[in-house]
Amino acid sequence: MVKEVSPLEIERNVGNFAYPETHTHDAGVGLTEKTIHYISDIKDDPDWVREFRLNAYKTFLSKPMPTHWASRDLEAIVFDNIRYYLSAGTQPKRNWEDVPDDVKRTFERLGIPEQERKFLAGVEAQFDSEAVYSNIKKAVGEQGVIFVGSAEGLKNHPEIFRKWFGKVIPTGDNKFSALNSAVFSGGSFIYVPPGVKVKHPLQAYFRINAENFGQFERTLIICDEGSELTYMEGCTAPKFNTATLHSAVVELVALKGAKLQYITVQNWSANVFNLVTKRGIAHEDAEVKWIDCNIGSRLTMKYPGVIMKGRRARGEVLSIALAGDGQHQDTGAKMVHAADETTSNIISKSISIGKGRATYRGLVHIPKHLKNCKNNTECDALLINATSRTDTYPAITVRGTGNSVQHEASVSQVSAEQIFYMQQRGLTEAQAMSLSVNGFVNDLVRQFPMEYSVELKRLIELEMEGSVG
Amino acid sequence: MNKLSISNLRVVIGEQEIIRGLSLAVPKGEVHAIMGPNGSGKSTLAKVLAGHPDYKVTSGEVLMDGEDILALAPDERARKGLFLAFQYPSEIPGVTIANFLRAAVQARLPEGEELEATDYYARLYEKMDLLEMDRSFTSRSVNEGFSGGEKKRNEILQLAMLEPKYAVLDETDSGLDIDALKVVSHGVNSMRGPDRGILVITHYQRLLDYIVPDHVHVMVQGRIVRSGGKELALELEEKGYESYEVKGEVGEPALA
Repeated sequence: MVKEVSPLEIERNVGNFAYPETHTHDAGVGLTEKTIHYISDIKDDPDWVREFRLNAYKTFLSKPMPTHWASRDLEAIVFDNIRYYLSAGTQPKRNWEDVPDDVKRTFERLGIPEQERKFLAGVEAQFDSEAVYSNIKKAVGEQGVIFVGSAEGLKNHPEIFRKWFGKVIPTGDNKFSALNSAVFSGGSFIYVPPGVKVKHPLQAYFRINAENFGQFERTLIICDEGSELTYMEGCTAPKFNTATLHSAVVELVALKGAKLQYITVQNWSANVFNLVTKRGIAHEDAEVKWIDCNIGSRLTMKYPGVIMKGRRARGEVLSIALAGDGQHQDTGAKMVHAADETTSNIISKSISIGKGRATYRGLVHIPKHLKNCKNNTECDALLINATSRTDTYPAITVRGTGNSVQHEASVSQVSAEQIFYMQQRGLTEAQAMSLSVNGFVNDLVRQFPMEYSVELKRLIELEMEGSVG
Repeated sequence: MNKLSISNLRVVIGEQEIIRGLSLAVPKGEVHAIMGPNGSGKSTLAKVLAGHPDYKVTSGEVLMDGEDILALAPDERARKGLFLAFQYPSEIPGVTIANFLRAAVQARLPEGEELEATDYYARLYEKMDLLEMDRSFTSRSVNEGFSGGEKKRNEILQLAMLEPKYAVLDETDSGLDIDALKVVSHGVNSMRGPDRGILVITHYQRLLDYIVPDHVHVMVQGRIVRSGGKELALELEEKGYESYEVKGEVGEPALA
């Protein structure tokens, strides 16, 4: 049933184009202390940031690749062949007209300014290492919401930035968070003042345009007491012949009673190693919710987490992974309960097509001294072909007597009878397959914002069209 | 030309021959019934007509309005106007009846033409009323958690919405109580007309009290062994199939 042509080539049409590079700043190939000084010089880092980077670099070198538990495919990453910083300048434009033409064309093809007009409260667009455009709607800015690039955040808002930066995800959390901490560039810094409810989502769009390149954005979002925010990110890259590395660190802080929702639709091309560390802290009565869709990339390793630090805090991860031929989506969630009456919910759905592989890794931790904590985990896998693969590795530690946990897992297959039934009603095999897959993720997708559920449905359809024949 | 015509059809699954030289013609405007004992190959015939990939046609032909359909994919046959009401309809979790039927209706429109949602729902509700189905049905997943009767009603709802040229109903009466049988039969009868041929496959005569056929065929061991008018069904009900079953001629038992 699997076509020889990779389904991903079809699916990726939307992002599969590149313009010639016009970078004025290039840190060159490979990573040494010199590379880090180069980045720090260009970005005019404060001393503490330069120091932070250099320390992180040492941590990065000292940590082994996690191949004792993770895919050996990680060994295909050659750190010496990667370019760690590329940009045409460090100042993002506030007006779309001021963005350089080739970059503008790139994002226009991806529909970015159009979406901004339609339904977003603000947009940041990152092209390789730096944000090229950053804009927040006036009304939102007037409420005191800060939405800038990470470089501007650390320079202009150090009193907030320094307090939280690297605190949710310490440098040494893992090898790739250390790498990010050493060479980070771009990403968003957002602060929402107490009580401010940002009605429309803020969005960042990450685009890799250059070959052999590593994108290492760093995002820090702080929702102050009682505030609310939805943040969305999208990612694409053209399909190059060499591996590209995307290794982000995203830290979220939801202070007392705040609600923070972070949505990702990852559609990297099939040569991108997507190794991302994402974690949020939820204080008393606060809620951190991750909606995570992984469609592209060669290997994704990503386990968004929530540390429920205050009483009645809530954590949630809703994720969908689509693993086509040659793809491995190694995704999951981490829920660390650290206060009484905290609740967490994980719903993960994966679809493996052709020789694709989807892995779920989940960690749920509820220590003995806590009371009335609850976790619910559901993970469902759908296998399309006989060659498709899925694995589930749940690690659940629940101690004490007053806590409860519920775990459900299922693996199902689209049956030949099901497809025949739908074909008998006039649907092509691909349409039938895509309808089944959409049905499988439907209850989850319904919880997504409209614009993203439509986009996701379309991507699944494109993927399925290419996967049968 | 205006008929579904099967001639000298032979079908195997694996090594086993199940249809053994079957000929039958269902003209538009007529309702034909195939009756036969379990294992006579009735359901196989239904699936072969629809193009099920597990069965292999070794000889013979099936013409729909003169066009050979055996080389066509199941969905092409369906779009050309062939409908099969399944004996055991599949469940499609997460896909609502409204969305499923909408996709099926849309698949029949010319490229680039979009189905008008309000017209679609108006028609859907009209057909559901005919089959005494509650409106809440539209938002349920296709066949998921349905009772036997609900599944059959759903098959006839699809038949009514898709308006095929030829409809094959495979054991549509199985699993139905008498009230449901009446409703389903009413739905099928409303589909009778000069532009449509209907082939009803059943084990029992009961269904034919409600869907009265123009012709009845007896199928035994992969062949039509006798054809007649509607009174043949009554005779079968009385005497059973035993007299048609030739013992010893065929070594292996046939599958349903």
